[in-house]
Amino acid sequence: MSALIQSTPTAASTEATPEKELRPPSYWAFVVPALVVVLAIIIFPWVFTIWMSLNEWKVGSPTTFVGFANYLRLTSDPRFLEAAGHTLVYTALSVVLPLVLGTLSAVVFHQNFAGRGFLRGVFIMPMMATPVAIALVWTMMFHPQLGVLNYLMSLVGIPAQLWVFHPATVIPSLVLVETWQWTPLVMLIVLGGLAAIPTEPYESAQIDGASLWQVFRFITLPLIMPFLFIAGMIRMIDAVKSFDIIFAITQGGPGSASETINIYLYSVAFSYYDLGYGSAIAVVFFLLIVLLAAVMLYARQRMLWTEIASGA
Amino acid sequence: MTPRQIIRRIGLWLCVFVIVSPAILFFLWMISLSLKFEVDNAAYPPVFFPERIAWKNYADVLASNRFLTYFVNSLIVTGSATALALLVGVPAGYGIARMAAHKSAIVILIARITPGLSYLIPLFLLFQWLGLLGTLVPQIIIHLVVTVPIVIWIMIGYFETTPMELEEAALIDGAGRWQVFRHVALPIARPGIAVAFILAVIFSWNNFVFGIVLAGRETRTLPVAVYNMISFDQLSWGPLAAAALIVTLPVLLLTVLAQRQIVAGLTAGAVKGG
Repeated sequence: MSALIQSTPTAASTEATPEKELRPPSYWAFVVPALVVVLAIIIFPWVFTIWMSLNEWKVGSPTTFVGFANYLRLTSDPRFLEAAGHTLVYTALSVVLPLVLGTLSAVVFHQNFAGRGFLRGVFIMPMMATPVAIALVWTMMFHPQLGVLNYLMSLVGIPAQLWVFHPATVIPSLVLVETWQWTPLVMLIVLGGLAAIPTEPYESAQIDGASLWQVFRFITLPLIMPFLFIAGMIRMIDAVKSFDIIFAITQGGPGSASETINIYLYSVAFSYYDLGYGSAIAVVFFLLIVLLAAVMLYARQRMLWTEIASGA
Repeated sequence: MTPRQIIRRIGLWLCVFVIVSPAILFFLWMISLSLKFEVDNAAYPPVFFPERIAWKNYADVLASNRFLTYFVNSLIVTGSATALALLVGVPAGYGIARMAAHKSAIVILIARITPGLSYLIPLFLLFQWLGLLGTLVPQIIIHLVVTVPIVIWIMIGYFETTPMELEEAALIDGAGRWQVFRHVALPIARPGIAVAFILAVIFSWNNFVFGIVLAGRETRTLPVAVYNMISFDQLSWGPLAAAALIVTLPVLLLTVLAQRQIVAGLTAGAVKGG
């Protein structure tokens, strides 16, 4: 098939412009199989989800077209609104903490020390390990009576916590796991940024007698800002969608104290089998992520403009 | 070394110790849990180094024939999903890079942003209509959602950096595009393919959300099997931790052994599926 596709357009274009010959549409043949797969598993589900969201669609009963009823239902669904709130809190914490800790770790890993390669490998293990397996061990560590965390806390005189077993501490506890898991990704991205910084600014700063903090604040930080932004964006997308850790540790509990949109979506679609409503949640959820990304892009743009305006 | 330098060295090592210890301590504790009898696991204050080591926890997990089934399921799902993704994704990455069709990356971006559950709702219905539930096929297909974007993304990036001169020379010599791809571009791209392969394997192996919806009793993959153990064996931490460690061990080994590829792949594309 590829031979057929590539012979015709090449022949036609050779006479016109010889340099263009290397970039004819014949490369489409390489893309077609993937295109079919992407259409089937990414585009089709999306189109179908949008269609389902406009229907009353429950497993085992006939479907009826209801227009935007599912979306209207969302606006007055207290459980959804609560889940949206949880999602925003969870996301904000899970972006900021790994960003701060990841940047600090990157600065450390940017130095030269023995065994750096190996230790970097150890450092990134949390994010590569199977989330469910990790979640299982964290659940044991969070155990109020037998868990090792409360023991460690008692060593420094902090009273025992209920961690994921209390509504007030469940989200911070889950964020702790998320931060532990994903700080390495921020570290890697920022480390890449640090490697790209030229050495001259540091040399002149040293001559001027700048302190370590000043060097970090006024040289390193502005230069790694683009990388921090990318890391923040990726972190945001992943934190909003976080599922494995929350589901395996609390399933949204206690009560609904840690139920995020993604967990609620799971319940609606696969516990209640209300697929039409679930689809509407999925669409709104996707739009929310896009919106958050757009806000971040806008904030970044604004920051750049003020930097330019202030002459920095 | 001046005293000032020595202090800085010590400070640096202190920092290294602080940032690496959460990971090290966690995995050491995981190993400790998995090697202790229930008496030691239920002890307070916690026992770090048990007097008697419970190898039995591992033996029990490995001896249960279900575990073997789930292990094979995981191998089949991850293996097939990765192989298929390489089969379609490597040529696609090549085509997109050579056509400089950067806009097509939007689809990958959308795939990256979409929550895994939103693929599940329509595909779940589709698999039900096709009567595929109860086999491994649905999971293999849906794992492509994870593996295909990873492979395409990494291969676009890789083929963009490989030199064009050789390919152009081969084209002038009258080789077909397919031949150029097969004999010139592909051999050069081997390191990139390795990166794509490793990341696709890891993220497919780790995937949980697709399994809990699509897997039946016989078709569970390891992460789903471990999750189901939690609800049944609430109080036997030893075997549970052993099972968790076995599930994640292949991935951890791969992380340490192929660290360079993983770091390269993650920082290039920073992709993660699901």
